[in-house]
Amino acid sequence: MSAFVRFIKSLFLLELLGGMWVTGRYFFGRKITVQYPEERAPQSPRFRGLHAQRRYPNGEERCIACKLCEVVCPAMAITIESAERADGTRRTTRYDIDLTKCIYCGFCEESCPVDSIVETRIYEYHGESRSDLYMTKEKLLAVGDKYEQQIAADREAQARYR
Amino acid sequence: MTEFIHSLLAPYLPEWLIAVTIILLKIVAIIGPLIVAVALLTLLERKVIGYMHVRIGPNRVGPRGLLQPFADTFKLLLKEIVVPGGADKLLFLIAPVVSVAAAFAAWAVVPFDAEMVLADVNAGLLYILAITSMGVYGVIIAGWASNSKYAFLGAMRSAAQIVSYEIAMGFALVGVLMAAGSLNLGEIVNAQDGNAARWFMWPLLPLFVIYFISAVAETNRAPFDVAEGESEIVAGFHVEYSGAAFACFFLAEYANMMLVSLLAAVMFMGGWLSPFQGTALEALPFIGQGSFLWLFAKVFFFLILFLWFRATFPRYRYDQIMRLGWKVFIPITIVWLVVVGLWIMAGVFPFERV
Repeated sequence: MSAFVRFIKSLFLLELLGGMWVTGRYFFGRKITVQYPEERAPQSPRFRGLHAQRRYPNGEERCIACKLCEVVCPAMAITIESAERADGTRRTTRYDIDLTKCIYCGFCEESCPVDSIVETRIYEYHGESRSDLYMTKEKLLAVGDKYEQQIAADREAQARYR
Repeated sequence: MTEFIHSLLAPYLPEWLIAVTIILLKIVAIIGPLIVAVALLTLLERKVIGYMHVRIGPNRVGPRGLLQPFADTFKLLLKEIVVPGGADKLLFLIAPVVSVAAAFAAWAVVPFDAEMVLADVNAGLLYILAITSMGVYGVIIAGWASNSKYAFLGAMRSAAQIVSYEIAMGFALVGVLMAAGSLNLGEIVNAQDGNAARWFMWPLLPLFVIYFISAVAETNRAPFDVAEGESEIVAGFHVEYSGAAFACFFLAEYANMMLVSLLAAVMFMGGWLSPFQGTALEALPFIGQGSFLWLFAKVFFFLILFLWFRATFPRYRYDQIMRLGWKVFIPITIVWLVVVGLWIMAGVFPFERV
């Protein structure tokens, strides 16, 4: 009996018509396309985009060259060299992130004891050569200075989950 | 129109040259709009499939994306035609021409209206069958000349598939011939004159369905697109083609789609006849009168079906295609031919005139 039903179903293309009914309904459904440059998808405060280095409000850089981020980085995209500064504190002399290696996992931010290295919401950036995508300490600090307000607000919003 | 051109040229040209000129003008009048229609069909396809995917499709070039197909065309025409190493250069370049020539030549006998036909051939249907079968040569030559395994596989699949479905399609058309009593496409439409109940799609419904499905297979469209099968054999027979040569295959595929849709409309849905013929609405302008507008509306319906299929169905496996063609369609068509034969012999509606 079931074989007969199956035969009838396949002979009269019932399953195929059912499929066409579904696609036909979606044809008139509401479209979910986000028209990118004009419209944007919502973004979480946890978004992991371009990296930045932060400073304390008094202008002192946060990074203490503990090198936890360098160790935890799974893509080995971070290179750090450090030295003692004139005031006796340990500071980085070199802090590079190669964005062509980075996988944007956010481990560096998680590992940082002083919230120095962070990933921002910025995702629209480009480089015309590899060196453009090689973030040096100066570049990272510049990004941090520029977007400090946004960065601080995002950290604040997420503070109770961290 | 013809007389006007004739009188315009009569003082300057000999008679035979005028005849040639007029025929050439008619050809241009068919091929020109056809190419534009192909361009718009590609846009329609992307839009319809996009809508069924809950996307909106191309909308950046021109208002609502209307210029997108033209941008695509210019891109294709400006690109280099790369001839792969070890390819048979002559055949490689001839193949797209064969494809596109076969796709265009068939339009010669298509009746757009009672009088609008380039060549009113008595064996029109036979001519169309012969010419559309030529199209497969383009595919096979392309696959062979490319010197590529994928292209060759695609060509072999395409050849086997088209040969198999040609039989079912031919049988479906035999039903139409029996019902109409003529091979002339205009005569076939006239045999359906009267009202919409006389359209051959009702008494020949199984043949109609089989014809259309075979047509989808014949044009290598989804879900029968194993000849292209981008997930298995990259792009099948036209992997190695680029630029204008690829555009030719593209053009041929879409022109063929429109041709088979048009044939379905002509042979099963009364061609240019109005569906309101013989009803109270007959007196209305445009809607009541049969004209090429009705023909285009019917063709549009079939084209939408093509796109709808593509958005809905996954690709058939190769052995399933062969099974469907040989073990399902051919037996059904043969059985229905017998039924139609008896029906015509009995002389009951709608075959009392045959």
